[in-house]
Amino acid sequence: MAVREGLLALLGESSTHGYQLKTGFEAATGGVWRLNVGQVYTTLDRLVRDGFVAVEEQEDQRSYRITEDGVAELGSWWDAVPGDEPPQRDELMLKVLLAISQGREQGLAVIDRQRTAVLGLLQARRPRRGARPAPAEARSLAQELVEEALVARAEADLRWLDRCEQRLLATGGGE
Amino acid sequence: MTAIVELDGVVKVFGAGATEVRALGGVTFAVDEGEMVAVRGPSGCGKSTLLHVAGSLEPPTEGRVRLAGRDLAGVDPVDLAAIRRRDVGFVFQRLNLVAALTALENVMLPLELDGVPPRRARSEAAEALLQVGVDQGLTRYPDDFSGGQQQRIAIARAIVGSRRLLLADEPTGSLDTTTGDAVMELLTSLPATTGTAVVLVTHEPRYASWADRVISLRDGVIVDEVRAPAPDPGAELAGVTP
Repeated sequence: MAVREGLLALLGESSTHGYQLKTGFEAATGGVWRLNVGQVYTTLDRLVRDGFVAVEEQEDQRSYRITEDGVAELGSWWDAVPGDEPPQRDELMLKVLLAISQGREQGLAVIDRQRTAVLGLLQARRPRRGARPAPAEARSLAQELVEEALVARAEADLRWLDRCEQRLLATGGGE
Repeated sequence: MTAIVELDGVVKVFGAGATEVRALGGVTFAVDEGEMVAVRGPSGCGKSTLLHVAGSLEPPTEGRVRLAGRDLAGVDPVDLAAIRRRDVGFVFQRLNLVAALTALENVMLPLELDGVPPRRARSEAAEALLQVGVDQGLTRYPDDFSGGQQQRIAIARAIVGSRRLLLADEPTGSLDTTTGDAVMELLTSLPATTGTAVVLVTHEPRYASWADRVISLRDGVIVDEVRAPAPDPGAELAGVTP
């Protein structure tokens, strides 16, 4: 995903100023992607050039709205699904694969180190005993979903590391 | 903090000769009162054996085990059973409730075996059931309860009588995610509400992360130990490169 799709998605709602798009983008993505205003205007200029966005000037203020072509472009993006061929170049996966290629002991050592780190990060997000839930207004739905995505990803990483260990133990050392 | 259970250089070997299996290869660790420790590791790594030795269900082949401050070496089986009944509770994946006894009677059972008078046993069992959120249908039989409720009853039976150590072996293994979460929330709350220390064997990463400490076993030895840090909402999960 690029910033352009994010801006198109936000422009689908109403005619908007550049700075509003910046803050709207950051809120909608739970604060995981901070934009600078210059990046927003550069992207808007390209979207205008490509005919996906129209610009209107009123009293020295520029506002932007999505065009029909922009709606079609956005629709294509909503419909596209991430492919898994070839797999993403995930650093953890590549590091473990390379470690295993160096031999069983190096593979297990790197699996242990990575697992320790991922487990520690997951622990940092564990529910606190007796902690009262934060007030509803303290965190947006987007922020909560970002948190859940990070936990789910760490769990998936741990499961995969466990699987690597099992496979390595089964095939590598005859134990 | 006082340790409720301590293992020092524990080795556990099953069988002999060609069939010998070294399930634990020299494990040293302690669990403090009111602490929750999760144990992880691949199948056959010695997780369940560790629980059995810690709970004195199995004697170590080598090394020492201290339970509630008492060295278990040389303790005769009758005394050992009494120590176990007083201080240790077990929860397993399979819901080992006695089908012919009611929920209340199941929880009373360890107290009665320990000679606690029936009236007091009844009262303590009802209190333990209340602590785990079972306050209805105490005279119904296990099959009348859902899987999650049965596991709660099993947990009540494991903690009744103010036992100080709960050993849980994949206690959510037969439960769906929502029910498993509820059972785990209960187990996680026990150290704070009852002071019971919990040792949890689980393959579920999320549940392991709820513990104060996570121990990883491989080939019968501890290969890793991670203590929970103070919650840090700014922790970065992506791109781990220690």
